[in-house]
Amino acid sequence: MTFMKSLLGATATLALTAGAAFAEPAMIYDMGGKFDKSFNEAAYNGTQRWADETGGTFREFEITSEAQREQALRRFAEEGNNPIVMTGFAFASALETVAADFPDTKFAIIDMVVDQPNVRSVVFNEHEGSYLVGMMAAMASESDTVGFIGGMDIPLIRKFACGYVQGVKAVNPDATVIQNMTGTTPAAWNDPVKGSELTKAQIAQGADIVYAAAGGTGVGVLQTAADENILSIGVDSNQNYLHPGQVLTSMMKRVDNAVYEAMSMGEDLETGFNVMGVGNGGISFAVDEYNADLMTDAMLAAGYKAALDIATGALVVHDYMSDNSCPVE
Amino acid sequence: MDFLQLILTLDSTVRLSVVLLFACLAGLFSEKSGVVDIGLEGKMLISAFVAAAVAYETGSAWIGVLAGCAASLIFAMIHGVASIIYRGDQIISGVALNFLASGLTIVLGHAIYKKGGQTPTLTGNARFTEITLPFADAVRDVPVLGPIYSELISGQTALVYLAFAVVPAVWFLLYRTRFGLRLRAVGENPSSVDTAGISVVGMRFKALFFTGILCGIAGAYLSTAQAAFFGREMSAGRGYIALAALIFANWRPLQAMGASLLFGLLEAISNLYPKIDVFGVVTIPVQFTQALPYILTVVILAGFIGKASPPRSVGVPYVKEN
Repeated sequence: MTFMKSLLGATATLALTAGAAFAEPAMIYDMGGKFDKSFNEAAYNGTQRWADETGGTFREFEITSEAQREQALRRFAEEGNNPIVMTGFAFASALETVAADFPDTKFAIIDMVVDQPNVRSVVFNEHEGSYLVGMMAAMASESDTVGFIGGMDIPLIRKFACGYVQGVKAVNPDATVIQNMTGTTPAAWNDPVKGSELTKAQIAQGADIVYAAAGGTGVGVLQTAADENILSIGVDSNQNYLHPGQVLTSMMKRVDNAVYEAMSMGEDLETGFNVMGVGNGGISFAVDEYNADLMTDAMLAAGYKAALDIATGALVVHDYMSDNSCPVE
Repeated sequence: MDFLQLILTLDSTVRLSVVLLFACLAGLFSEKSGVVDIGLEGKMLISAFVAAAVAYETGSAWIGVLAGCAASLIFAMIHGVASIIYRGDQIISGVALNFLASGLTIVLGHAIYKKGGQTPTLTGNARFTEITLPFADAVRDVPVLGPIYSELISGQTALVYLAFAVVPAVWFLLYRTRFGLRLRAVGENPSSVDTAGISVVGMRFKALFFTGILCGIAGAYLSTAQAAFFGREMSAGRGYIALAALIFANWRPLQAMGASLLFGLLEAISNLYPKIDVFGVVTIPVQFTQALPYILTVVILAGFIGKASPPRSVGVPYVKEN
């Protein structure tokens, strides 16, 4: 029995030291899931790129319920994974407690600010990217009516909407922007049927371009837009390929770059506040073979010029989250 | 609101009601026979997944619907075994099936298609497309009736027409056949049915058979007609709204159609008009319109308008006296 105990002890120590010697980074995806074609998939792409380039290995977990957030964080931290990267604002409260309990582990959270000494908070200037695609939507629209479909009604999504409206109005002050939110609960991220119905409702009101910032719901928006022969705008990842020739462009939030960077820094992860915007390659719009015929030279020129102005500070896009209000509607 | 807008609202109402209608009728069979079915949601979800997967593999939406019905039927039978044969708690069995469907669809979807629980997009015959009825284009310009025919009645998917055809059939089955009489009796007073020499267990299983089939069509409608793929958790609480509609309809088939249409209309209004101005005095926020189905159901249950009269033995497992 004593022998058994010491054997177990030895194995445990070995396991622990092994864990410490090869600290694998860990990646935790939010509810939308690793292959949501959008936000989480971008994080996955960044992780995979890091693994391919360095030959390193990583651990990953897709949460399927709220209770798993803290559980997953704790488990990875206990098992010596470092750094631990997670996507989504909803991790904030779980991370707040876990980060304090594991001061030697580094964490990175995308889309939210958690003020702890061992946490890297990465936020994106989504309003800047939304402004750029808003400009393009206004230029491509023939009915002068464009739509916006958000996921869950939270300040972050209103930030997308507000940036978009500002972009539309910058090109065409008389244009109408129809805005809809899918819902007020997390189910709003995974309701493609409602997304599709909202798209039809917006088309009925004259919209000929819809911008979806709605996670899995957006897949339904893009599908219906393609079925009804209007253009759509994708979000987070490059979604142009989903319906070639029918997605005007995608507002790309380079979550992959953010995750890749965090993974590359490994255990020496630089903590603190980190903003990714148009200026430092964190936000851009997608141009590829699938939308080459849709984007006119005028649109590209206007887009690149505005991007440059935003980067240099000549153009300031209002951030909804700075004062919880939007100057235009 | 001009006339065309009204038509568009109603068009949207019809599309949104159909899933509620199928699920509501499914719940009607089960509850009329005395079995509470909180598991409509789970059955819809598993059917939506199986229908989309099979439709994708076979390229036929109808085969997808059949497969979805089969999956939903299996779930209904599990519910039957747990709550009719073994007299387990009907609510717990239903909730368990909801969880099972939620997990199973993601795990299977991920294992088969590696897209995070989503199935590939359905194209061509693998999905239901809108059917244009004859003369729809010819009569479009006829005032009033033209748009009603060409926009509202024509241009729906096959399952929409099926839904409205099923309503009178269900009514006939429940109120004009011997089977329907027995089914209703088994939910009101099972011991009298037993005395008459009819198997209570058998009747309840027959009721669950219809529940399974109808719920299967509801789920398949979501993934092969309204959307063209299955996405995780895509039923998004519609099974519960259907239950609310069932209570609202006071467990009667024709009223179930009315309740589904009303709830669909409220959803269509909240989609089309997020903010409603009432004579410029008050603005009704979208949340109110969205909550209205639940508020109405609670009002009905509380007995303010009419009286909720559920089948008397609903939720009570039948124990044969010796």
